[in-house]
Amino acid sequence: MTAMLRVIACGSVDDGKSTLIGRLLAHAGGATEEQLDHARRTRRGGSTIPAGAVDYSLLTDGLEAEHEQGITIDVAYLFLDLPSGRRVIIADAPGHEQYTRNMAVAASTADVAVLLVDAAKGVREQTRRHLAICALMGVRAVIAVVNKLDATGYDQAVFDRLASEAQAAAAGFDVAASVIPASALNGDNVVERSPNLPWYDGPTLLGALTAWEPPRPGSARDYRLPVQYVIRADGFRGLAGTVTGGPVRPGDTVAVAGGGATSTIDRVLGPGGHDLGQAGPGTPVTVTLADDVDVRRGDLLTTPGALGDGLSPATAYSATLVWTSEEPLRHGRSYLLLAGPRTVPATVTAVRGRMEVVSGRRLAARTLGLNDIGTVELTTDTPVSLDGYQACRDTGGFLLVDRVSKETVAAGMVRHALRRGRNVVPHAYTVDRDARQRLKGQRARVLWLTGLPGAGKSTIANALERRLHGMGLHTYVLDGDNVRSGLNKDLGFTPEDRAENVRRVAELARILLDAGLIVIVALVSPYRADRATARSLFQPGDFAEVWVDTPAEVCVRRDPKGLYAQAEAGRLPNMTGLGQVYEPPEHPDLVVDGSGSLDDVTDELCGLLDGMPAEP
Amino acid sequence: MAEEDVLDMLEAEAIHVLREVAGAFRRPVLLYSIGKDSSVLLHLAVKAFAPGRMPFPVLHVDTGWKFREMIAFRDETARRLGLDLRVHTNPEGATPFTHGAHEYTRIMKTVTLRRALDDSGFDAAIGGARRDEERSRAKERIFSLRQPGHRWDPRSQRPEFWWSANTELADGQTMRVFPLSNWTELDVWRYIRRESIPVVPLYFSAPRPVVERNGSLIMVDDERYPLSPGEQPRLRRVRFRTLGCYPLTAAVESKAETLDEVIDEMRLDRRSERAGRLIDGEGGASIESKKSEGYF
Repeated sequence: MTAMLRVIACGSVDDGKSTLIGRLLAHAGGATEEQLDHARRTRRGGSTIPAGAVDYSLLTDGLEAEHEQGITIDVAYLFLDLPSGRRVIIADAPGHEQYTRNMAVAASTADVAVLLVDAAKGVREQTRRHLAICALMGVRAVIAVVNKLDATGYDQAVFDRLASEAQAAAAGFDVAASVIPASALNGDNVVERSPNLPWYDGPTLLGALTAWEPPRPGSARDYRLPVQYVIRADGFRGLAGTVTGGPVRPGDTVAVAGGGATSTIDRVLGPGGHDLGQAGPGTPVTVTLADDVDVRRGDLLTTPGALGDGLSPATAYSATLVWTSEEPLRHGRSYLLLAGPRTVPATVTAVRGRMEVVSGRRLAARTLGLNDIGTVELTTDTPVSLDGYQACRDTGGFLLVDRVSKETVAAGMVRHALRRGRNVVPHAYTVDRDARQRLKGQRARVLWLTGLPGAGKSTIANALERRLHGMGLHTYVLDGDNVRSGLNKDLGFTPEDRAENVRRVAELARILLDAGLIVIVALVSPYRADRATARSLFQPGDFAEVWVDTPAEVCVRRDPKGLYAQAEAGRLPNMTGLGQVYEPPEHPDLVVDGSGSLDDVTDELCGLLDGMPAEP
Repeated sequence: MAEEDVLDMLEAEAIHVLREVAGAFRRPVLLYSIGKDSSVLLHLAVKAFAPGRMPFPVLHVDTGWKFREMIAFRDETARRLGLDLRVHTNPEGATPFTHGAHEYTRIMKTVTLRRALDDSGFDAAIGGARRDEERSRAKERIFSLRQPGHRWDPRSQRPEFWWSANTELADGQTMRVFPLSNWTELDVWRYIRRESIPVVPLYFSAPRPVVERNGSLIMVDDERYPLSPGEQPRLRRVRFRTLGCYPLTAAVESKAETLDEVIDEMRLDRRSERAGRLIDGEGGASIESKKSEGYF
């Protein structure tokens, strides 16, 4: 028997969810004497509960009251101790705001869902929404409670009809459903069997929660130990992590996914450092290896066989995202992908569609907004080993995090690795950057000039290149407009297209850097996150961000390309500085005044280049 | 046995969280309040990194009004475990009698804690709070984000999917981490019994000098407690369910002198644990508003 069962409660207050949970809480000792007293004395308007009896809905009321005061309750966790000794953790998303996101959070750790169906209303759109989100997050079983049967006179025909409707709806999402007839108000079949339902011989809700067993955990094929922390003590080096697939035993041959090294597990230590014969999923362990292999936080230990079995490192994945941020998804923008202890930069390269939750239909979409669920393709900067989510939640789920605000923008579920990613293996050429720059007698670098249109970026880039060229150095300028007339002529000026524009220019700059050149980029690049993405492609010391800080009125007055005039006339809605914001750099390597003397600015930039380290 | 299995799973979850903190943050610290939850937290931190050492220092915010037995226990524990213990006390020296309970708590606990965290540049602070302590804590995250100035903003809390915490911090943000989130009071006591974890003797019944104030039994722990004219502390058999500043912590009458008796008593007693905290009162929003200011 699983000692701890995690349950998500699905249903609205109107379905009688509070009363149902309140009854379970009171029975399992989860309510204090003060709360029971309060629930005996207090009555809501219109309540039909007799005086002196407990209004069970009031036991979870702390949460509702807060909700009414405008305090956000997204997910609340309540504990029940069943008479069998089993602990049940109920995750409840009571609010209506952010409902998809909160339900997805609650479902992400749930073993089973308790789904309320109102006998008077039947299976509704909301019921299907609950089932869809549970299925998406990997909850494969529901206990459906057909509630308020008292209002139908405990009619078996009504129950039978709703039970088959509920089961059919669940089957549509590949979820198994058992169904219980109940009245939470009268206490029928919640904790105790009811004489009002003589035609039903199945378990009560409490009985079902007591007896329910999750499917058996994964086989040895799914051997997984993500390393969280390396423990060092005198002569001791142990890899600490929680087993997600096993069992893990001394003598096991393991491979480090990503690194390619293999070794043998020498000791398996449990909490407190005691030797264990084996450790199954969910056990925190510290293992030592027989060989001195370089293993760090974020590495994944698995069986060598598993690597050929779908867990080889890949740099491209198809995944489902639940978008959790007010800021919509931006194509081409680099996010951090967090999978347990692993963190890698990742970019969404394509949105394949948005899912209409209830019907499961896929709609065309270019981006994802708050509470949207969509299918995307993404690439990671370094190879990472992720499982398919439906096979393994622990190593198939990930978070996407904004690089600047550090907000969690999405939860992701891996569908599968893309072949494309696995088949691309960078080839190491003998003539490398070092050889090329030695031949040129210089050190390659990238200077990234950002600023408003008309700030003077191109003029400064031109002056700097002339100066460097005159000194016998090999240079190249990547100018925004010039690149847009060729490589990037398919891109417009929406935030998504700007992100892609920056990404391509940064990749191109990286190639030119590898060619041994001093690269000067002159690009508006208005968004901080996009510039952070660009910077992330380079080693520190190879890249410097320069803010060409020219007062806006000077830019407008200069208007060398007539853009401000057009924008004023309403013909350029996406003009930076007018229709779109310019986000100034927070920590630029250098700020130059684009309204000052060109010679001075060029001197400053040469000084910056000289000051960059001789070796990256 | 299911009860033992529940403890194993709670222990596993807490150790996982503690290791994540050690791996993901630059300068984590463990907040130690000397109470039973802190004792369990400390024990788990030792177990999580054995045979290595716990990789963070331990911080105690001392208001100057803790029970004397607590301070003695703290120093003994630090010696026994070889802790890197940092004690912070606000030199302003506010008292519950001169400033009132709320202002005193704000100055001596909340402000002092914030200052102690800032001064050392701690980016993650581990605490022993549990979700079952109070209804309003039921929604608290295990990894709870604090904005610059330690402000708790319920709207900016990050969604917690799976066991995958987003441990990234933007400028000025810090993290509070609660590895015991899913433990109940009874779990804490059962674990203390199973693991033989030492706790402050005040949790067990003994004859102690108490006075009655607004229906609460207050132990007169030293001569600083202002007695009314003619008032005499009387010896009564009491114990404490939670420990804090002695003038603000109510005792309960009890005969439970051993761990087994404490656990038996708790099974029958359905009163809220925090009922003994005089500063919590005033409805559910009380902890909430203190938290917004940076209280634990």
